[in-house]
Amino acid sequence: MKTLFLLVATVLGASTLNAQSKYESGMTKAMAQFEAAKTPAELLSSSAMFERIADAEKDEWLPYYYAALTNNMASWMDEKADKDKMAEKSIALVEKAELIEGSNASELYCMRNMIASSQMMVDPMSRWQTYGMEAGKALENAKKADPNNPRIYFLEGQAIFNTPEAFGGGKKNAKPYFEKSVALYETFVPASPMHPKWGKEEASEMLKQCNQ
Amino acid sequence: MKKLILLFICFTTVFIARSQTIVQGFIEDKRGNPIQFASVSIKDSYDGTIADSIGHYAFSTFETGEKIFVVNCLGYKPYEQAIMLIKDSTVNLNITMKEAINELAAVTITAGSFEANDKKRSAVLKPLDIVTTAGANADISGALQTLPGAQRVGESEGLFIRGGSAEESKIIIDGTVVNKFFFSSVPGIAQRGRFSPFLFSSTAFSTGGYSALYGQALSAVLNLESVDLPERSEAQAGISPIFGFAGFQKVSKSKKISWGTSYSYSNLTLYMKMVPQKQDFFKAPSGHNVDFNFRYKTKKGIIKLYSYYTSNGIGLRSPSLDSTGLKNMFSLSNANFFTNASWKHLFGRNWKWYNVASFSYNDDKIKNELQNSNNERVPVTGITSLDMSSFNIRSFETMSQFRSVLDKKLNALNAIRFGGEVWYNKNKSKYSFYYGDFDVPIDETYSAAFVESDIYLSNRLAFRPGVRYEYSDLSMRSSIAPRLSLSYSVSKPSQFSFDYGIFYQTPDRKYLTQNANFKPMRADHYILTFQHLSEFYTFRSQVYYKDYKNLLKTDPSNQFAVSTDGHGYAKGFELFWRDKKTIKGLDYWVSYSWLDTKREYLNFPIFTQPTFSAEHTGSVVIKKFWLKHMFGINWSFNWATGRPYYNPNKPSSEYLSDRTPFYSSNNFSFNWIKNIKKTTAVFVVGINNVFAQEQIFSYTYSSLPDDNGVYQRDNLTPPAKMSFFVGIFMSWGVDRSQQNINGNL
Repeated sequence: MKTLFLLVATVLGASTLNAQSKYESGMTKAMAQFEAAKTPAELLSSSAMFERIADAEKDEWLPYYYAALTNNMASWMDEKADKDKMAEKSIALVEKAELIEGSNASELYCMRNMIASSQMMVDPMSRWQTYGMEAGKALENAKKADPNNPRIYFLEGQAIFNTPEAFGGGKKNAKPYFEKSVALYETFVPASPMHPKWGKEEASEMLKQCNQ
Repeated sequence: MKKLILLFICFTTVFIARSQTIVQGFIEDKRGNPIQFASVSIKDSYDGTIADSIGHYAFSTFETGEKIFVVNCLGYKPYEQAIMLIKDSTVNLNITMKEAINELAAVTITAGSFEANDKKRSAVLKPLDIVTTAGANADISGALQTLPGAQRVGESEGLFIRGGSAEESKIIIDGTVVNKFFFSSVPGIAQRGRFSPFLFSSTAFSTGGYSALYGQALSAVLNLESVDLPERSEAQAGISPIFGFAGFQKVSKSKKISWGTSYSYSNLTLYMKMVPQKQDFFKAPSGHNVDFNFRYKTKKGIIKLYSYYTSNGIGLRSPSLDSTGLKNMFSLSNANFFTNASWKHLFGRNWKWYNVASFSYNDDKIKNELQNSNNERVPVTGITSLDMSSFNIRSFETMSQFRSVLDKKLNALNAIRFGGEVWYNKNKSKYSFYYGDFDVPIDETYSAAFVESDIYLSNRLAFRPGVRYEYSDLSMRSSIAPRLSLSYSVSKPSQFSFDYGIFYQTPDRKYLTQNANFKPMRADHYILTFQHLSEFYTFRSQVYYKDYKNLLKTDPSNQFAVSTDGHGYAKGFELFWRDKKTIKGLDYWVSYSWLDTKREYLNFPIFTQPTFSAEHTGSVVIKKFWLKHMFGINWSFNWATGRPYYNPNKPSSEYLSDRTPFYSSNNFSFNWIKNIKKTTAVFVVGINNVFAQEQIFSYTYSSLPDDNGVYQRDNLTPPAKMSFFVGIFMSWGVDRSQQNINGNL
């Protein structure tokens, strides 16, 4: 009987929770799907899910942020993707997020950086002057909005890591940025379980590569 | 107990199943192809999914009642439809999506051109490509000669496109024609272009069938667009045994204004001492260059100003073929100025207005003299052909141009453009011969109005019809030139295009002093292209036919008899392949042109193949860059079958029937980039014609036959078998950490 009671309680509990915060449970489900996503198709599916939540809620910036993030990740991962077209989509999503949050959010500037970087990668040799600059500018703005955001230094380190040594890039020059990022992650607490918190493992991994 | 639980589970399952509605179906495009990754949803709910690889989708929803069903997919117009969701039912919904016409997906209207700009990605030749093409000597036209359609005419400068002469190509900077793009001609030695490739952000090289926005070029248009506002302040300097250069570029803090200037001095005296030249250069080429630029970003547009001035000189002697001990002396001093001011403004409602004005002048002082062994002028001999070897020319030419173009973007990519332009050309030449001087002033005012429209019927099919009206006050004739480009895409990066147009051009004005009753020269182009353009691969093949009418015809026996009865044709086939991907860090291209052309023009006694055309021409250009060491090597191999040359020992019925030997050259260069503190230094070494192959461009003949009645000849070759370049370029002020040059280069 006890079991039955528990079962009923669980079912009921779950449904009440559903009714109370559809947004939170939707996001939790979407984030779980995002974390499990491994292929570009799964990431796109996750992006579509975040976008559905965002379009339905209308005044939440986080689902648009994640929709852009997953879309951009899919673009990175899929070699055959039309990266300019994908970037167009990511920009449309981040613009919607900015309309809600205001373009002050450090995270949204980081997002802008990632999109510009992916556009630059289409043809780095001739695009670094335009998209490379745009990416750099986005990080500057991100620092102004919140200098303690660890993702800024992770992204900055990554850009330097991929820049040839002769141009001030390479492992050695990138290392301090990853160190700073990792240090900031130690104390970083996201504003809510749904706020961006990714990047800690990636930053540690990059730091390891720098030390090799 | 167990039973109870089972029952409960069954109950809940049924309950959930009953309360849900399944929506499923297929998403496809107009042609029935599945659309993968299309996002489907119920508006204002979280429910939805994305379509799989066969375009199938299925999802369940708790929503009920009348809802809006939404489908979104990149490249397609969003789709919405009202649906009724009833509990415990399945809704089957197959959707056909309509394409949204947008720049990224749409077919490109090429108008016969090889475009190279960032936006379109179809980058064929960017500034960096030009300077790293071995053998091109960082000269725009040198690099263009490795593309199909361009002929290799080693003895004179200019773009010789598809059987056309150099005059038939116009070079345009920001909408205005550059009257003297190349340094002034020196007999037998091709000159380079005056402008640095780094001034330009994009180059569009149309080898035929170009847009109605341009005219007065029977064969080709090279459209150069100058750089907008630079990103940063920078100082630059360069040094080599042949030149020194310094300049800077300042960008205001607001990033709205920039200005810069540069100066360079070149002198080949030292070089010519180290590398012996065939001719005796008593004055090695030397010159000063100054330029200035200013740019102002307005709220809705940009204002640009560019000015350029150069003064240079050269003097050389070569042995005369007429008598041992006699020499032909040639000296040139040149001053050239070019300035161009433009204003681009964006109005509301997608109107763009572009205005540009330019002014240029060119002053040539040319001296030809028949000299004896002491380098003194041979007095009048009474033998006309010898006495005519001594003459002076002073030629002063100015050109002003005003141009205004309005561009209106209609829905999707459709657009309409129209405008007009006026050119004022003033030429004042003075020819001094042993028997007297002649002043030859010729002015021409040319005006044109044009309209063209981009019409996209779908992402696959687009037209660009256009028409150009032209009037020259010199001939007092007007002409109407229709143009048409049609593009059809087979699958995304592959497309066919067809270009057609009538092109008019005023004949070389120096022939028009006597007779104003001439028709403008005319060429009709028909071009069929197949091209595949993707990020890293470019493939292009073209077949074309060009029909020439009203070409200028002169009579060698009567210099006053000038007519426009000349005619000709050119047809051919071209291939181009470029691959930047297959081997990491390696970029190469291969081009091939087959050309069949004949004409009767100028003093040609018969209908025949002109000197500036080779039947087969090809190039292989290879570049390899080691990013780790910032070191690159470049190689190019260029070849062409023999070109016709004039042999006075042949009767006129066999005019231009001889062919020069097969031409080939292998060129090599390397560049090494090194950061030393805040200085970025680029070391460049270039060697042209590495294997010292003999290159005979043509032959020069004596003006009189020898005792046996034979005209003696000499090989027309480059001044030295091999040529070399060594230099260092430095720049300061760039924050290199911002340069996200990536490992995938």
